[in-house]
Amino acid sequence: MSTASLNRAFALLLWRDLVLALRRRTELLNPLLFFVLVTTLFPLGIGADPALLSAIAPGIIWVAALLAAMLSLDSVFRSDFEDGSLEQFLISAQPLSVLVLAKVVAHWLITGLPLLIVAPLLGLLLHLSGASIGALLLTLLLGTPVLSLIGAIGVALTVGLRRGGVILSLLVLPLYIPVLIFAADAVASSGAGLPITAHLSLLAALLVLALSLSPLATAAALKISLS
Amino acid sequence: MLRFFHQLGSPKHFYRIAGSWIPWLAAVCGLLMLYGLYQGMVVAPTDYQQGDSYRIMFIHVPSAWMSLFIYVVMAAAGAIGLIWHMKLAEVIAISSAPIGASFTFLALVTGSIWGKPMWGTWWVWDARLTSELILLFLYLGVMALYGAIDDKRTAARATAILAIVGVVNIPIIHYSVEWWNTLHQGPTVTKFGAPSIDIRMLIPLLVMAVAFKLFYLLVVLMRARVEVLERERNARWVRELVEAP
Repeated sequence: MSTASLNRAFALLLWRDLVLALRRRTELLNPLLFFVLVTTLFPLGIGADPALLSAIAPGIIWVAALLAAMLSLDSVFRSDFEDGSLEQFLISAQPLSVLVLAKVVAHWLITGLPLLIVAPLLGLLLHLSGASIGALLLTLLLGTPVLSLIGAIGVALTVGLRRGGVILSLLVLPLYIPVLIFAADAVASSGAGLPITAHLSLLAALLVLALSLSPLATAAALKISLS
Repeated sequence: MLRFFHQLGSPKHFYRIAGSWIPWLAAVCGLLMLYGLYQGMVVAPTDYQQGDSYRIMFIHVPSAWMSLFIYVVMAAAGAIGLIWHMKLAEVIAISSAPIGASFTFLALVTGSIWGKPMWGTWWVWDARLTSELILLFLYLGVMALYGAIDDKRTAARATAILAIVGVVNIPIIHYSVEWWNTLHQGPTVTKFGAPSIDIRMLIPLLVMAVAFKLFYLLVVLMRARVEVLERERNARWVRELVEAP
């Protein structure tokens, strides 16, 4: 196996997943709608005081993003598991972890990246300042790939289960906590005029760590789930 | 020596050897626990600041230590099971999870009972309390995953992966929570960093810590024996064992 064919396999799988997703456009919108809906619920439940809303906005938006990312996770391996393609990946000559990474990247492009498009809107709705919205976008850009990568491990462990959804949230949510802490605090700090380079560096470090380790764990988990 | 370990790896011999250890372990653990509790509850001096309510620490601190220790043991045993396909390591890993969860729960409950008179509230979003709570969630996730998969060998291997992922994450979670806590509220509440502890308090604490370790060993062996019997229920030695008396 040369590197060229490995790159080709990666690109082909990425392309295939993107095309598959684009052919089911309505499903693309669902996590976004969920993200917006959950965020809208908070002012209705708490009250419309602008000062209060802008104080809790970073946490709310990030928790909503976390839940949206978690709910969309199920689709990473589901259809491939059901039609048997996942088993073909397993016996293919390419290392499974690279194929897994391609699938996770595709999944993030489909479900994680669009969150960035509506996030400024939600920031405006919750009275975040311009600087905070910028910080929110940066943290979402660095944080949501980590959510997809960590989540993939959980999905790989539960893919064969009939009622994997609830268990998936039990497995994955505790692991999301560091991302939530650093990201929400970065947005809050930028609102207070504090520098956020430390937060961003830590989020980037989490991303690098997840990027290098999570595909291996996901591949191992898939092998167990499908055995 | 090598032969002994080899034998320990086979379920049949493990069942026999563990069975012969259990009474001894129980006796030593019980004696140590009684001694430690007597020393802690009666002999150790009263704290000049916290009065007698500090004495809950003789339960609380060892359980908190055990909660982390057992998670690491579980992940290590799970890794051994994954790498060398040792059935017994899988059994130990999965038998450890409920015990670790119980210790974590005990640490949380005793901590909050201590917190009521000391902090005036049952719960504070203190860094240590919060990371202990997250640890409990991690344990519950492991147990939920094990319960959800029907085939127990697959379940044991899947939970091993989860435990390893968790062990990588525990330090990250711990430090991020600590960081979050110091940023948000600062150490305004009682901060008991590293007070120079009285030797008369330290000794019962260490005795209790050893007793708790032995207790874990005792319970994990008992649970593992049951698990081995259940897994090997079609093996000949189990049939002979059951039909013998």
